[in-house]
Amino acid sequence: MEAVHITTPLDRKIIKELTAGTSVLISGIIYTVRDAAHKRLIEALKRKEELPFILKGQTIYYAGPSPARPGRTIGSAGPTTSGRMDVYTPRMLSVGVKAMIGKGSRSMEAREAMQKYKAVYFVATGGAGALLAQTIKKATVVAYEDLGPEAIRMLTVDNFPAIVANDIYGNDLFEQGRAQYRKEKG
Amino acid sequence: MALIAAKLREIKARDITETVARLCQSANFELNEDVLAALKQAQQNEQSPLGKEILHQLVENARVAEAKNLPLCQDCGTAVIFLEVGQDTHVVGGGFEAAVTEGVSQGYTQGYLRKSMVSQPFSERKNTKDNTPPVIHTEIVSGDHIRVICLPKGAGSENMSRLVMLRPGDGQEGIIDSVLRAVDEAGASPCPPLIVGVGIGATSEGAMLLAKKALWRPVDQPNPDPEIAALEEELLSRINDLGIGPMGIGGTTTALAVHAEARPTHIASLPVAINLQCHCARHKEARL
Repeated sequence: MEAVHITTPLDRKIIKELTAGTSVLISGIIYTVRDAAHKRLIEALKRKEELPFILKGQTIYYAGPSPARPGRTIGSAGPTTSGRMDVYTPRMLSVGVKAMIGKGSRSMEAREAMQKYKAVYFVATGGAGALLAQTIKKATVVAYEDLGPEAIRMLTVDNFPAIVANDIYGNDLFEQGRAQYRKEKG
Repeated sequence: MALIAAKLREIKARDITETVARLCQSANFELNEDVLAALKQAQQNEQSPLGKEILHQLVENARVAEAKNLPLCQDCGTAVIFLEVGQDTHVVGGGFEAAVTEGVSQGYTQGYLRKSMVSQPFSERKNTKDNTPPVIHTEIVSGDHIRVICLPKGAGSENMSRLVMLRPGDGQEGIIDSVLRAVDEAGASPCPPLIVGVGIGATSEGAMLLAKKALWRPVDQPNPDPEIAALEEELLSRINDLGIGPMGIGGTTTALAVHAEARPTHIASLPVAINLQCHCARHKEARL
């Protein structure tokens, strides 16, 4: 299956072409943001404070990497469960986040927000953190360093493999895939 | 008194620490052969092209992790340490539990493993910085050895654990329904393909522990009891019919194995505990 090469930031034209089930190889800049960092960003938005990085147009990666050994860019860096971030997703998309990378399915509310704000969700292979780390060429902590693995990191990735799970048309790969391979039994 | 003491084999606390430290690292870097073989087999059999590609990535991931001493998964887990302590041993040079805890601290620090433990679980949630404390299960057995099993357990799969207290009349069908429902509702979250641990009987906590211990067993080894082995086989087939597939995006490989363990229970009880393990089924053991 031929994967589509895409480069961040993802513009409207690319996003329109990304339909559920499409394999992609992502290059460019993505930001790690998971549970605790989401909480802080949302609180900062509420208080109308300046954010540590511009969210508009960005791709965020739900990940908390393991520490880098000396001389290395990063440790193991696979996706974490996206469902925990669903409550924050409508707000994040409303300020311009265009793509999310994680693992597992999303809530109906998050999916509706993706349609409304024209954003996509990619699934990456959970538990393949060593392999995925090989595509990360640069990693810099940009905010919340005190959160350790949950700090926000700016990553430069080269051909990071993922699959479109939710597109702007309301398709859901988890539902489609399971329906296709489920064998009904009494 | 002296006669009894002379029979005890001394084991240094420091050796326990070193062993635990080593196992925490090897468990996180090296996928066991049985799981790797099962993933390769699944890669052959999987019918979904996307599922096949994911399984290919998992096989590659194991190769990269071992070659580079990188954790297989960035969630290096809660360190669950099982210890079978021979009754003819005597731990010297330090406290037993402190030695195990120190081993976890050293292993996670030296191995650049991710530290995921937080202190007070519902308010402060402050990272303890060295992945301690571990969860320790100790069992006294006959002999003069200590068997140490390190099972780092990731939260994605652990969060999908379940305990069901069935009525005795629910029988085998009740067990099957409970397990299928747990796996189906967990969907993509526990990182399928899974190893499904099922503990049947005993009490609530006894069943949970059985389900977790079932995860040690190599994936190519059915339960020696033919009736339980048949149950495992039926469960595996029906779990794979759910269509969840690798990473939950559809496919014919939802579980690599089902490991069930059964124990006697009360006339009024039929506890069924389900502990899901992700494909990154980490566990290593050693004998002191």
